[in-house]
Amino acid sequence: MRQCSVIIFPSVIDKLFPTAEAALSDVPNGATVMIGGFGNAGMPAALIDALIAQGARELTIINNNAGNGDTGLAALLKAKRVKKILCSFPRQADSWHFDALYRAGEIELELVPQGTLAERIRAAGAGVGAFYTPTAFGTRLAEGKETRRIGDRDYVLEYPIHADYALIKADRADRWGNLTYRKTARNFAPVMASAAKCTVVQVRETVELGVLDAEAIVTPGIFIKRVVKIAASLQKAA
Amino acid sequence: MRKFDRNQMAARVARDIPDGSVVNLGIGLPTLVGDHLPASGKSGREIIVHSENGVLGVGPRPAPGQEDEDLINAGKEPVTLLPGGSYFHHADSFAMIRGRHLDFCVLGAFQVSAAGDLANWHTGGADAIPAVGGAMDLAVGAKRVLVMMEHLTKKGESKIVERCSYPLTGARCVNRIYTDLAVIDVKADGLHVVETIDGLSFEELQRLTGVPLKRLLTAA
Repeated sequence: MRQCSVIIFPSVIDKLFPTAEAALSDVPNGATVMIGGFGNAGMPAALIDALIAQGARELTIINNNAGNGDTGLAALLKAKRVKKILCSFPRQADSWHFDALYRAGEIELELVPQGTLAERIRAAGAGVGAFYTPTAFGTRLAEGKETRRIGDRDYVLEYPIHADYALIKADRADRWGNLTYRKTARNFAPVMASAAKCTVVQVRETVELGVLDAEAIVTPGIFIKRVVKIAASLQKAA
Repeated sequence: MRKFDRNQMAARVARDIPDGSVVNLGIGLPTLVGDHLPASGKSGREIIVHSENGVLGVGPRPAPGQEDEDLINAGKEPVTLLPGGSYFHHADSFAMIRGRHLDFCVLGAFQVSAAGDLANWHTGGADAIPAVGGAMDLAVGAKRVLVMMEHLTKKGESKIVERCSYPLTGARCVNRIYTDLAVIDVKADGLHVVETIDGLSFEELQRLTGVPLKRLLTAA
């Protein structure tokens, strides 16, 4: 007799997790993890701290940068948990942990133009198989890539970036995972949320269903699996 | 002859940004242009500054103590938001760029070629860590690409070159070059000098520049 797989839906949808540690307990070694943020704006510092404590190794990380200072993503790099990073702007005045790993040959770098990074992530979330972009045509970052002339412009074929997990920061959430953001802390979070199998969000505040204005929700809960409220005092990188 | 300083260069670029336009200012030197754009409302003029990390309507630096770590520009410096400003995510921000919705971008450069090729992201050195950010998207996306750089390297070599020796950011993308010595248009038939700083003749500029220059014949 043919087996039927049964998906059991809980009667109440509740994505709230008590702690960052609980929300990240199942991240395996070798996972691909998107991390939101542009510099420190929107960086989910508490989730990154929990990922460091959790111990997963050989991670592939997607972020715009490669860590600033000594906290957040920089701390994850320093702990040598990252085998590869995809980013647009690794080199900064305070990216010393990345710089040291890179110069020692201990981390692989895939440099992606910022708009192409965002669009590759968006494409993954949107189910787009690939896309042509004019960005980087004729440059070293397009070497070896398929190109095509469409109309009067030249384009480079780019593929989606999928992830196992996305770790993002938002301002407020309800138990369905609907999110609002704060100012430029939004940056990559909405597209990353759509591109990972399991998106975990740290928020400043959780509210009852219906409190968030439906017209103002930026990320609908369908893209979110786990929500962790982080006390305001712990929101910032120490 | 006294070379333009950074602020004079920024003021000169700002003069060419017309009312009603949307402009992205690259990190570093180009960010200074923002200090010379008309303050929205006060002068009756309005220019909208886009920052690729998800803002339209970037305002001036906040007063000391008023910084908000969630409100920064692409250079990760604290900024403010003007009335009418908006926030959006990165894919939308680069749709604005790539989709040719920005009137201008101002970028720094290591080198610009006679054909308008731009090199500004990587020196190509073996030990150099490359970082591209949004430069390649801006180079192909903005309706007009303005470059702002010193005319000469620290060693006195022309940064305007026949062919870029550094890796390209974009091919044939630069429209106008602003240096501490001159304003130069990139056209299909070569480089046209729009103006030189006081006390610098065309001939002297030509002597300092790595490629043949043309005098702009049309009255500006």
